[in-house]
Amino acid sequence: MIILTGNDLKSGAVVWWDGAEWSLHIESAVDVGDEAEAIMAREESARRVNVPYSVEATLTDGIARPNHIKDRVRGLGPTVRPDLTLKPDNPAAIEEIV
Amino acid sequence: MYKYDQYDQAMVDARVAEFRDQAQRRIDGKLTEDQFKPLRLMNGLYLQLHAYMLRVAVPYGTLNSTQMHVLADIADKYDRGYGHFTTRQNIQYNWIKLEDAGDILADLAKVEMHAIQTSGNCIRNISSDHFAGAAQDELVDPRPYAELLRQWSSFHPEFMYLPRKFKIAVIASDTDRAAMRLHDIGIQIVKNADGEIGASFYVGGGMGRTPMIAPNIRDFVPLDQLITYSEACLRVYNRYGRRDNKYKARIKILVHELGAEEYTRQVEEEFAHLLEQGIEPPIAELERIKPFFADPAFEDGTKTVDRSDPDFALWVDRNTHRHKHDSYVSAVVSLKPVGGIPGDATAEQMHLMADLAKEYSFDELRVMHTQNIVLPHVKIADLHALWTKLEAAGLGTPNLDQIGDIIACPGLDYCSLANARSIPLAQKISERFKANGKEDTLGELKLKISGCINACGHHHAGHIGILGVDKKGVENYQLSLGGSEAEDTALGKITGRGFDEDGVIEAVETVTDVYLAQKEDGERFLDTYNRIGMAPFKEALYD
Amino acid sequence: MTDLLRFRDDTPTTDPVAAFETCCDQSNATAVRIEPGDDARALLTFLDRLTLVEVNFPVYGDGRGYSAARILREAGFDGEIRAVGDVLVDQLNNMRRCGFDAFQPNAPLDRADADAAFKTWPEVYQATTDGRNPIWNIRHGANHE
Ligand code: SF4
Repeated sequence: MIILTGNDLKSGAVVWWDGAEWSLHIESAVDVGDEAEAIMAREESARRVNVPYSVEATLTDGIARPNHIKDRVRGLGPTVRPDLTLKPDNPAAIEEIV
Repeated sequence: MYKYDQYDQAMVDARVAEFRDQAQRRIDGKLTEDQFKPLRLMNGLYLQLHAYMLRVAVPYGTLNSTQMHVLADIADKYDRGYGHFTTRQNIQYNWIKLEDAGDILADLAKVEMHAIQTSGNCIRNISSDHFAGAAQDELVDPRPYAELLRQWSSFHPEFMYLPRKFKIAVIASDTDRAAMRLHDIGIQIVKNADGEIGASFYVGGGMGRTPMIAPNIRDFVPLDQLITYSEACLRVYNRYGRRDNKYKARIKILVHELGAEEYTRQVEEEFAHLLEQGIEPPIAELERIKPFFADPAFEDGTKTVDRSDPDFALWVDRNTHRHKHDSYVSAVVSLKPVGGIPGDATAEQMHLMADLAKEYSFDELRVMHTQNIVLPHVKIADLHALWTKLEAAGLGTPNLDQIGDIIACPGLDYCSLANARSIPLAQKISERFKANGKEDTLGELKLKISGCINACGHHHAGHIGILGVDKKGVENYQLSLGGSEAEDTALGKITGRGFDEDGVIEAVETVTDVYLAQKEDGERFLDTYNRIGMAPFKEALYD
Repeated sequence: MTDLLRFRDDTPTTDPVAAFETCCDQSNATAVRIEPGDDARALLTFLDRLTLVEVNFPVYGDGRGYSAARILREAGFDGEIRAVGDVLVDQLNNMRRCGFDAFQPNAPLDRADADAAFKTWPEVYQATTDGRNPIWNIRHGANHE
């Protein structure tokens, strides 16, 4: 599957395309199929996202898991600071992405 | 320490206003990201893996306690309570909002700090010897020259769109603590046969994909031609440096492709022309700058250390450096706790270091390129009190230049260019060598880790270097041996095929075991490697 | 033809602008356009017949044109040096410091934005040929010629 990610223009936060808007949570990411370019162009020009790009992912337990570790780190946060990830209460989340 | 006058302050204030406006134009959509990117980069603002990252310049690595307190405040107010000290003596914050950037720059400007040219294809922050003005072996304090170069390079109208970034280091002793010959321009302040002070220029060093050691292109440039000569070096590069390929755009490639001799000839020609242009600052400017770096009022006192506490004695042996005044030392605050993140400091730690600098070190701190902090002028009589406070804050790790004193770039945990993570490796290696007790038997061993070929972690210059590579989406690590960034500058050689994370940690232990088995009296890891060569290490690793 | 922003009192030339190679052979061209890779010093032998040098910036990130302009000014050229191509408001100030006195960007510039850009820096650190006295001279009561 193909999912879209980018950063929020003002805050810089990592965001994922959930089919209607940009979400902070990779769990909301949806398959955009061949719409990727169109969505990114539209969203970037409306400044709802900054530097979007598409990511190949594999549906795993109903959730998109990016194929490249870099995007999995983006989806969670720094693996060396569990307290600063999106799942501070679940240290095992780090093991799942690396 | 240098103090801004109204002109320096006005320049920095103008930059704050300019960047505020640029950021607002981006937010309002008047600038596209493509147009904004080079502007924000010239203000040290990156878009990184998780957020914007802001890099703040610490000119030649020197700062006072007020500045360090403000760096801590920024970490608390605009970031997540910490900052990361870098291999270019700067500090960077990982969780910055574009909307806050203008306010942060304004806070910095109030204490004579900025983020000017901490990124982008321009002349970057000038780096220097972290023991400048304190070291017993220096000819003069190199920082006045670095300050003059800072002013010259700030907002230089001709050199804002160079082929690639440009890094300058200035030292003034034969012992190189700033990796001078691995810079685009390395300057050593020297004395000639007539006893005059001048600058020896090394041009075309660097790390990255194609590491090179800078050749000496002029052994003596008189001080009243320092800026003109630098300008000539830059102009030749700006005009002829390659722009067709990002990986061949650094000046090292130009110098290499032309040959040092031809590059030098072109520089000399440009230099002769520029001398007629009268662009050199008056020598009075250097004389104005020098007193800012005059010695503080050192007092005679105890010259010996009470070694009755073995933990303290070990810290003194490892983490202090000989000072030009025999009642003082320079003390290194390790930002490399066992299992910690190299170079990270919390806001509380920064505040504490600032307070300690005020109390014990004439209000001065230095950032080392090895990602530690120096209190340059500490009375030997105060050392125990200082150490006690550092210990209590987790800042007293006695590991300077030991295997636990690892340089690691942010790697895949923070950096969008990374292939692999660097920090977890550093954490695991420092833990392992502490646990197995080998750290204490290994002596000086410089281990450096980069998460990609950009080599921010200086892996080429590590006695042991580790480079993260991408093996089809999986982290993989190459090991290299024999590098050095000191006066015996050398580039490490790759041992052979790469390793996975556990494998490379094993491999580091294997090569240190080879060293321990083969070392002769007084040899450091690097000396043994240089004597016995790669073969025994390779054999142990791969056979 | 996009708007020309010009900081000179003379009238702009209407002569045809020759390409660099043809200009070097052709003895009568009075206006020339140079590309980033062209050596501005090749123009020095016939500077007195030139009234306009256009310096093209195919992309703003290629800074060779800044050196080209300075080299021309350092040789005493007082004709028009015009920056054309991918020229953005944030670059104008440095361009002017390097000797450009006219701008004709692909995307038109707002005169007010340009004026604001020129006012950004109250003083300057470096000496160029733009006549501004650098800070380090002001500090010591000296003058840059
Ligand atoms: S070496 Fe590579 S991964 Fe490490 S900080 Fe530099 S660019 Fe990022």
